[in-house]
Amino acid sequence: MNSLKSQGFAPVVSDLKKDGSEWTVKEKIMLGLSPKEYWAVQRRNPFNWVLWVIYAVGLPILVGRFIFGLGWVTHSSYDYPWGLFLGWGLFVMVPLSASGFMMGTTVELFGRKDFKPIERLGLLNGLLGYLFAVMFLQVDLGQPWRLIYPMFVSLGPAAVLFLVAWHVATYLSCQVAELVPAFSEWMGFPKAKKFIKSMVLGLTVAGIILSTLHQGALGALFTYAPGKVHPLWYSSPFQWFHFFVSAVFAGLSMLIVVSTLTKWFMRWRCDENYLNNLSKLTLGLAKGASLALITYLVTKIIGIAHDNNWAYLLTGWGAWYMFEIVVGVLLPLTFYTMAVRNSNASLARFAAFLAVFGIALNRLNTALITFNWQLYQEIPHWREVVIVITVYSTYIVVYRAVLARMPILYTWKEKK
Amino acid sequence: MKKLNRRSFLKGGLAGGATIVAVGTSKQALAGTHNFGGYPDSMGVLVDLTKCVGCRTCEAACNKEQGLPTPDKPFDDLSVFEEKREGGLPRRTSEKAYTVVQKYDVEGREHPLFRKVQCNHCNEPACLTSCFVNAYKKTPEGAVIYDKTVCVGCRTCMIACPFYIPAYSYSSAINPVVKKCIMCYDTRLKFGRPPACVESCPQEVMTFGKRTDLLKLAHQRISEKPDKYVDQVYGETEVGGTAWMYMSDVPFDKIGYDNHLGTQPIISYVKEFLAMVPMVLTIWPALFTGFHLLSNRKDALKNDDNKS
Ligand code: SF4
Ligand code: SF4
Ligand code: SF4
Repeated sequence: MNSLKSQGFAPVVSDLKKDGSEWTVKEKIMLGLSPKEYWAVQRRNPFNWVLWVIYAVGLPILVGRFIFGLGWVTHSSYDYPWGLFLGWGLFVMVPLSASGFMMGTTVELFGRKDFKPIERLGLLNGLLGYLFAVMFLQVDLGQPWRLIYPMFVSLGPAAVLFLVAWHVATYLSCQVAELVPAFSEWMGFPKAKKFIKSMVLGLTVAGIILSTLHQGALGALFTYAPGKVHPLWYSSPFQWFHFFVSAVFAGLSMLIVVSTLTKWFMRWRCDENYLNNLSKLTLGLAKGASLALITYLVTKIIGIAHDNNWAYLLTGWGAWYMFEIVVGVLLPLTFYTMAVRNSNASLARFAAFLAVFGIALNRLNTALITFNWQLYQEIPHWREVVIVITVYSTYIVVYRAVLARMPILYTWKEKK
Repeated sequence: MKKLNRRSFLKGGLAGGATIVAVGTSKQALAGTHNFGGYPDSMGVLVDLTKCVGCRTCEAACNKEQGLPTPDKPFDDLSVFEEKREGGLPRRTSEKAYTVVQKYDVEGREHPLFRKVQCNHCNEPACLTSCFVNAYKKTPEGAVIYDKTVCVGCRTCMIACPFYIPAYSYSSAINPVVKKCIMCYDTRLKFGRPPACVESCPQEVMTFGKRTDLLKLAHQRISEKPDKYVDQVYGETEVGGTAWMYMSDVPFDKIGYDNHLGTQPIISYVKEFLAMVPMVLTIWPALFTGFHLLSNRKDALKNDDNKS
């Protein structure tokens, strides 16, 4: 598409075509191309070929999961009841999607309108991340059709997961509402947008509360297993805080990563306002992320000191822990700080990639790798891995499809 | 008032309806962290590990009582003791076996030691407190039972159980549920009868009785034969106390028991989080709306400046 644009193709940016007539929904879905052109473009994209391969292998296995049960796609472990579906799909996806509430807070609450060009990307990143976390949950739950049981059928309000379930559900609706403006512009329903505008402050505050609580709750889930998670990754009093603070820089870093990817691969869809502001905004995000990183680092150290876990640092697990902290926290912190000082957006982008990697590693370490550290190491079943790749690819496909159409990376030109 | 414990308290909270629950979760949860300490008259089982000969009669009795599938190897096949699951660990409870006997070769002990494993029916069960559909229930008789018709299959209870007890019927695609020993609640305990395994044991390894009486009995036995028994009744205080308790002649950590579990119920490790929930719920809205007003005032002032 980038090359198409350089040949003079102009993507849809308003209700009206150049000649003054209205785009139909179908035309909008086809990105303003004729069907033939549209499919030709899709076929030319090598990334789509990779997707085809993934789906060819992954879809049958995903279907098999629901026909033959979890036992067919996992090792059916009683000792490791949570595998990659939750380890990756819930514990990694959710912190990386914290960008939604961060951007809402910055723009709507603190009135930093200068972050506006990237606000919607932050919101979308949040919404899709949560949506697919729920998808992963649905793959993992033994009886996905009972998903609403904790809400309406049999309630266990004293359980941390109960809070997660309610909050993620409520927060998802919040995020949908927050993105209604983008959708309504694209579809041409100005009323919906007005309606949401009137309650944006409430939605944002609700978003902060729900996010603080459920990001922390994901950490608190592990406090049910005090002896099972390795002490270096576990801290009864601080676990929820570690998860919450790390979600802050995880969400910001993910936003930098995604915006970088859009800049590279979807440049055709970005408008001047977005592209020209991106470097400046990246540095703004970097600043926020570095503050969260330093807070995280300090509380991690306090956590170790509190339980007097220093001795573990000298073991093999300690070396692994140091690797996570150095690559996933210290280096991004250093690079972010340098980037902000020297106004070097590329360095901030590099730091963001590291931080995202660090968070993924941290969550996988807590949920899987160091879990049951005194028993044995569980290697996920290959089918489990294939399903994770398939669902994650779907996340990317949906993400890309929305970005290509709705006014996320560009500003919609309203009818006069 | 002790009777109005957490469980009834929670039920009361539920009447409040879903909307209140969504926000009010925390307060009930918080109340839930007060130590419950168990029902005063609950029953329990005292297991004297020194008497067990590893005949697996109890496993067979359990299988029959609970209507579990016929295992691959018959119950008189003792080769199962050499079977290893992943990590070189002995067999554990599964969806097809709610109790298993493990064999430990202990240095300096003449015979191997056999250990019967099943749900310990904790006073303050981790499984119960972690389940988000409240599937579990601690009955006044002492059993920890569960309602499989509401189990969603999140498997948090398996994460939470410090003894690695609950299993899950992964093999079923339509109706997978959590599976574990229920102390024969439906068929026996409810009527005051001991569990099937207890009754079946030819060596009288297990004594069924009121938990408080059993504790007295255990300590009496230890003080009568201090040379024989180690001075610990496993389950007396572990994670807040359990209904099944054990006596041994070798240190418990040598025969697969976790001696680092502490005396606090598992839920007590979660309370830092549960305690901060109401704070966030009450303080955050005011705090952030305040921030918003402040930052907008700045804007407003700026606009005024511009105008003037
Ligand atoms: S032993 Fe495990 S499954 Fe049994 S009551 Fe205790 S926590 Fe629950
Ligand atoms: S697996 Fe079932 S019983 Fe266990 S916590 Fe989840 S819903 Fe409750
Ligand atoms: S029936 Fe009694 S002696 Fe035989 S294995 Fe079970 S507990 Fe041990």
